Amino acid sequence: MAGRWKNDLTWSQVTPKAAWLNRRQVIAAAAGLAAGGIAGVARAGLSAKPSQYSTVEEPTSYEAVTTYNNFYEFGTGKDDPARNAHMLTTEGWQVQIDGLVDKPGTWTMDDVLAGTTLEERIYRFRCVEAWSMVVPWVGFELADLLNRVGVQPSAKYVAFETALRPEEMPGVRTRVLDWPYVEGLRLDEAMNPLTIMATGVYDEPMPNQNGAPIRLVVPWKYGFKSIKSIVRITLTEDEPPTSWNKANGREYGFYSNVNPEVSHPRWSQATEREVGGGLLAKRKPTLMFNGYGQEVASLYDGMDLAKYY
Amino acid sequence: MLHLMDPINSALRRVPAWLLYPLGALPVAWLFWAGIRGDLGVDPVKAIEHWLGLWGLWLLIATLAITPLQRHAGLRLVRFRRAIGLLGFYYIAAHLAVWLVLDVQIPAQIWGDILKRPYITIGMVAFVLMIPLALTSNNWALRRLGGERWRRLHRLTYLVVPLGAVHFVMVVKGWQVEPFYYLAAILGLLALRLRPGRMLRSRSAART
Repeated sequence: MAGRWKNDLTWSQVTPKAAWLNRRQVIAAAAGLAAGGIAGVARAGLSAKPSQYSTVEEPTSYEAVTTYNNFYEFGTGKDDPARNAHMLTTEGWQVQIDGLVDKPGTWTMDDVLAGTTLEERIYRFRCVEAWSMVVPWVGFELADLLNRVGVQPSAKYVAFETALRPEEMPGVRTRVLDWPYVEGLRLDEAMNPLTIMATGVYDEPMPNQNGAPIRLVVPWKYGFKSIKSIVRITLTEDEPPTSWNKANGREYGFYSNVNPEVSHPRWSQATEREVGGGLLAKRKPTLMFNGYGQEVASLYDGMDLAKYY
Repeated sequence: MLHLMDPINSALRRVPAWLLYPLGALPVAWLFWAGIRGDLGVDPVKAIEHWLGLWGLWLLIATLAITPLQRHAGLRLVRFRRAIGLLGFYYIAAHLAVWLVLDVQIPAQIWGDILKRPYITIGMVAFVLMIPLALTSNNWALRRLGGERWRRLHRLTYLVVPLGAVHFVMVVKGWQVEPFYYLAAILGLLALRLRPGRMLRSRSAART
C-alpha cells in the first residue's frame, strides 16, 4: 500500500468532461482524415450519451469506485474484489432470460447490447453500511431489455442471479452467503426509468470488481440490491428470494429502499460518510429514497415502509 | 524440555519492559500518518478504526496467552504483561475515540448507538470494565489493593476479552470467519486455565 501513486488533484482541477470530449472529437476527426475518412475510428471510451437522470454532484474518484467494493464472491474485504476479480473471465458471457417471458433464451452480450443506446447515468450510490459514492455508470434501462423479451401479464417480479464459479471466485469457498448471489425487484421497480443494466463506469467497460460485464443499478435502494455479474434474469409471479434477506431477514428486507428513518438494527441510517472524503470528511444526512423520491416515491404509495423495509 | 526455554528466558530478562510502550506507540503514529497521506485507501476512517480495534484485540489476547505459555511451555513473559495489557487498553481507547470523533461525529447519535445497538453496547461495556484494570496497572495500586484483591479484580480480563471478540463477530456483515478465530482462540486460552482438580482443592481449602 505504501508508496502507491497518490493523486493530489481535486476534481475541480481536472479538465471538464465537455472539454476533453471536444478534444477527443477533434483527435478522432483528425485520425479519420488521416485514414482517408474511413468510419469506425477506434474510440477510447464507450461514448455514452448524457442523461437527464444524472445528478450534477461530482463523481467519486475512479480509484475509489474501483478499489472500494463489496463483492463477497471475491472476498469480504473492501479491497479484495480489486485484488481478486481479475480471475473472472467475462469473454463469452451469456445471460439466460426465462420465466414468464414471451421469448425465453440465452443471450450473448452482443445480443443484449444490440440496438441499445448506452447512456451515462451519474447516480448517488448508498451502501447499507452507511457509506456513499457518486458513480458515473454507463448502461441502458432495464425496461428496454424486458420489453424486448416480452413480459407476460402474469409476471409480477424480476429475479436476478450472479455467476457462481468457484474456480474463479475465491470468496465462495466460505459460506458467508448462500451462493449464488440472488436479488429481485418488483416488476414496476424494474420498469422504472431509473433502473439500469450497467456495462461500464467512467465511460469505460465495467471493471470486474464492479460487476462485469453486466450488473443492475437501482439508485434508490441500498447497494446490495444492485446485483453484479448477472447470468440469469427470471420473470416470476411470486416474490423471489434475495441473498441478504435469506442471510438475515431482520436486517435486510426485500425492498431495502434507502430510508433515513428506518434504522438497520445494528446502526443508524440517518447519515452517511462519503467515500473518498479523507480523514476529516463530515457525515451528511441520508435522503429518503437516496434523493430519488420524485421518481420513485409513488411506487410505494400506501405502503408502510417501516414494515416493508 | 522446559530447560530449552532457559536461554530465551535469560535473554528476555535483559529486555526492559518499558521498551514496549514506545514500540507500541509506533504503529498508531504510522496509522494516522498513513491516513493523512492517503495510504490507507479511500476510506481511511474505517481503516484506522478497524486496525486500532484489531491490534487492541491482539494485544489483549496476548495477555491471556502469557500464563499458559509459562505453565505449558516454560516461557516467562509475565514481566511484560502489564505493558501489553495497558497498550491493549490504549489501542481500544484510541479505537473508541476515532469512532466518536471521526466516524459517528454526531453526539446525539453516539448515545443512541451505545444504547440501541447491541454490538456497540457490548463494546462499550468491555471498554468501561477495562478502565479499573488500566487504573490499577501500577505498583502503587497493587500494594494498596493487596495481591489477592488485585488478582480478583483483574480476573475481569476473562470477561473483557471475550466481549471484545463478540463485538467483532457482531460488527461484521454476515457470518465471517476471522472474528470467530479470535473468539475460539480466547475461549481456548481461558479453557487452559480451568484445572478442575485445583478448583476443587481450593474450594475445600476455603471451607476449612
